[in-house]
Amino acid sequence: MAYDAKFRVWRGDAYDGDLKDYSVEVNEGEVVLDIIHRLQATQAGDLAVRWNCKAGKCGSCSAEINGRPRLMCMTRMSTFDEAETITVTPLRTFPVIRDLVTDVSYNYEKAREIPSFAPPVGVAPGDYRMAQIDVERSQEFRKCIECFLCNDVCHVIRDHEDNKENFAGPRFLMRVAELDMHPLDAVDRQKQAQDDHGLGYCNITKCCTEVCPEHIKITDNALIPMKERVADRKFDPIVWLGSKIGLAKGSGRDKAPTTKP
Amino acid sequence: MTMSTPEPVAERHSYDVVVIGAGGAGLRAAIAACEAGKRTAIVCKSLFGKAHTVMAEGGIAASMGNVNSKDNWQVHFRDTMRGGKFLNNFRMAELHAKEAPMRVWELETYGALFDRTKEGKISQRNFGGHEYPRLAHVGDRTGLELIRTLQQKVVSLQQEDFLEHGDYEARIKVFGECAITELFKAGTEVDGPISGAFGYWRETGGFIVFEAPAIVLATGGIGKSFKVTSNSWEYTGDGHALALRAGATLLNMEFVQFHPTGMVWPPSVKGILVTESVRGDGGVLRNSEGKRFMFSYIPDVFRTQYAETEEEGDRWYTDPDNNKRPPELLPRDEVARAINSEVKAGRGSPAGGVFLDVSTRLKAEDIIKKLPSMHHQFKELADVDITKEPMEVGPTCHYVMGGVEVDPESAQSRVPGLYAAGEVAGGMHGSNRLGGNSLSDLLVFGKRAGDHAAGYVHSLRDARPAVTEAQVEAATRAALAPFLIEDRPNLERENAYTIHAELQQTMNDLVGIIRKADEIELAIKKLDELRHRADVATVEGGREFNPGWHLAIDLQNMLLISECIAHAALTREESRGGHTRDDFPGMNPEWRKLNLVLALDSPTAAGKADARVTLIKQPVPTMRTDLLDLFDPNELKKYLTDAELPASIAAAVPDSPADQPQKG
Repeated sequence: MAYDAKFRVWRGDAYDGDLKDYSVEVNEGEVVLDIIHRLQATQAGDLAVRWNCKAGKCGSCSAEINGRPRLMCMTRMSTFDEAETITVTPLRTFPVIRDLVTDVSYNYEKAREIPSFAPPVGVAPGDYRMAQIDVERSQEFRKCIECFLCNDVCHVIRDHEDNKENFAGPRFLMRVAELDMHPLDAVDRQKQAQDDHGLGYCNITKCCTEVCPEHIKITDNALIPMKERVADRKFDPIVWLGSKIGLAKGSGRDKAPTTKP
Repeated sequence: MTMSTPEPVAERHSYDVVVIGAGGAGLRAAIAACEAGKRTAIVCKSLFGKAHTVMAEGGIAASMGNVNSKDNWQVHFRDTMRGGKFLNNFRMAELHAKEAPMRVWELETYGALFDRTKEGKISQRNFGGHEYPRLAHVGDRTGLELIRTLQQKVVSLQQEDFLEHGDYEARIKVFGECAITELFKAGTEVDGPISGAFGYWRETGGFIVFEAPAIVLATGGIGKSFKVTSNSWEYTGDGHALALRAGATLLNMEFVQFHPTGMVWPPSVKGILVTESVRGDGGVLRNSEGKRFMFSYIPDVFRTQYAETEEEGDRWYTDPDNNKRPPELLPRDEVARAINSEVKAGRGSPAGGVFLDVSTRLKAEDIIKKLPSMHHQFKELADVDITKEPMEVGPTCHYVMGGVEVDPESAQSRVPGLYAAGEVAGGMHGSNRLGGNSLSDLLVFGKRAGDHAAGYVHSLRDARPAVTEAQVEAATRAALAPFLIEDRPNLERENAYTIHAELQQTMNDLVGIIRKADEIELAIKKLDELRHRADVATVEGGREFNPGWHLAIDLQNMLLISECIAHAALTREESRGGHTRDDFPGMNPEWRKLNLVLALDSPTAAGKADARVTLIKQPVPTMRTDLLDLFDPNELKKYLTDAELPASIAAAVPDSPADQPQKG
């Protein structure tokens, strides 16, 4: 059952690094993270890697395996050929700290820029009433384990450092959609998404949806509906007039990033 | 390289309240402290939002009565005491049952989205040991919802800060991937007050000092000392060990919960949790002969509350008022022991567990809807489709009921300024925790710890104890010890990973789900050997994000806490909840009267090989009569000694054996 697999793992820090070759034992049923741990315990005690739950629930062990953004704990070794060399590299979109660990602070900064849930005025704790069907839309997005694979794969920021300032990435645009679809949230989110978080940059290539380990339909269920709502408002003459005379919520902000066609 | 450069001065930060741990209890404590106007730091070993709370699946127990209106705090209290076999701190169990509903409702004001009833209220599900459907949930990912909700509440407090002060971190800041290795106290007295904490940044290896008069420990559990566990790498007993070394005490560390259903195959995922909701929603346990074996394992104390036949058990799911619940929903300790016995008797599954089947009980679409992450987990990790075939499951180390001895109202330990909440605190769950009572515990006592820490800081005014340079230097030396081995060439070098693996095997084999005196004694010897070897564990590489170094430090905590568990397990000569002695199989009412309290004989010795664990027996607080009155007298008699029964109850029970000599 057991065999020795060929692994190439990126070792280094923010200044310098290289792929290093290893030969490691693999047993039945193991995942890539098991192999990385075996490397740590037997050949490279200081190999840096993030992980927590080892069950696909915490989103810590994100990396690129043969170039594809994945969770190491949910990538089974049986999906590879025994003769294949498996290359494990850190997430490309975020700066390397050491080995497989990257600086993901971009994500925390973006999270902070999205106005929080605004509870309905005058509804006491315990008196919230929502229908199951209405909470389900936002619940899908709240399945997110914040592995940041969607932000890692998104071409808007993957190779364009300069876009990071104005673009929250699929993870946090989805957060705006989640709040927008929350049955009791009291804030207007649509203009924010476009103006403050760069929804217009997204040109729905669906890469984020493809890599999501929780199988959340980020593009179809969060980003496209948000784009449609923004468009509806923009071309609705009454809404347009309302925003001009200051009736719409959130119309005070005028920071407008350049959006791609 | 790193070693040749002189140690830079550690960065210093001053806060009112420092919360160690960013799981449910830590975040709830931090929110409370911040809302009370105190500058608060949250320090956590992982990234913000990754705490072990995300692994909680089933739900949050709170007697809101949304699904069955007969539920109330009294019933919840009763269930909790029964689950803990009456060893719980009754006041904690009472506060918990009373305050849990408001703590859940509060989460909705932070933006949480629980599953709903038809009336649009928070839905509640059945769980082991809970008389009524009581667990607020989101599918089977309730822990994720809890952590994300609290995380987002912290962010919203930071946004308020930004509006007010132009700085997101003016009043509440998260120190992510930062580990605390030592607590500081003023003076040399055991009861000297807390003055701060010392730690290192995982990323850079740089040291950090917190000056703070109040510290809340919310570090979770100890599961990483066991081989088969549902716990993550963070669960190394840090808070337990920090508390001991600061002069606080630990309570009843022998009680370790083995969750009955962990995955058993493939080997690399052995121990990963399979939620109790599978059984709450209709899943049943079968042995290799296809028998629902739990019907043969209903203990006397629970006989009247559980179904005797499969037919009655099955009817309960749709008509709970007129039928008794199936024994698959007995408290966790009972189910775990039963599975263990079946496997030992040769009636196990191929991979050494038993079968947990939901595929023949629910429609595929309902399984996917109610248990989505279980469906996903088995499909991805084991190639098993739980809508078509049974799962193989077995016991896994899940939770420690023992923990820091705290005051029930304030969550304060014996050390002024040191608080503990959540899994790291002891008392609330007695000898066994009910499923769903953890998330509610985090919220109830997290808030209490945060509130009282803030109140304590307020009462100090400007009289804050100071951190001295000598203390910082000593802590720095201790943290760097694994690198300094190079200076001691004659010593045999040890690998922290190897020692850790041996520790896990030792605890699993010798202080595991079924225990015996001679095996525990063997474990204590082995732990002694491992502790000396751990002191010469050598680290390769530098200080920047070096897991080998981090493990060498955590290992000291794991060894100290394992020693506590072993000593308490050897002392308690009975079987109760999460402590089963093969050589003392029964529950003994005399032992119910005793808490085992552990301390370090020289608290400043930093957990090194020369510090010894001491143990004393201390009386369990006596339950108030109004709470005793919530139970059937015949039930109380199963747990309490005759002398403890209130006169009214003793008189009311005619079959009280008059010939039995009066005890103690």
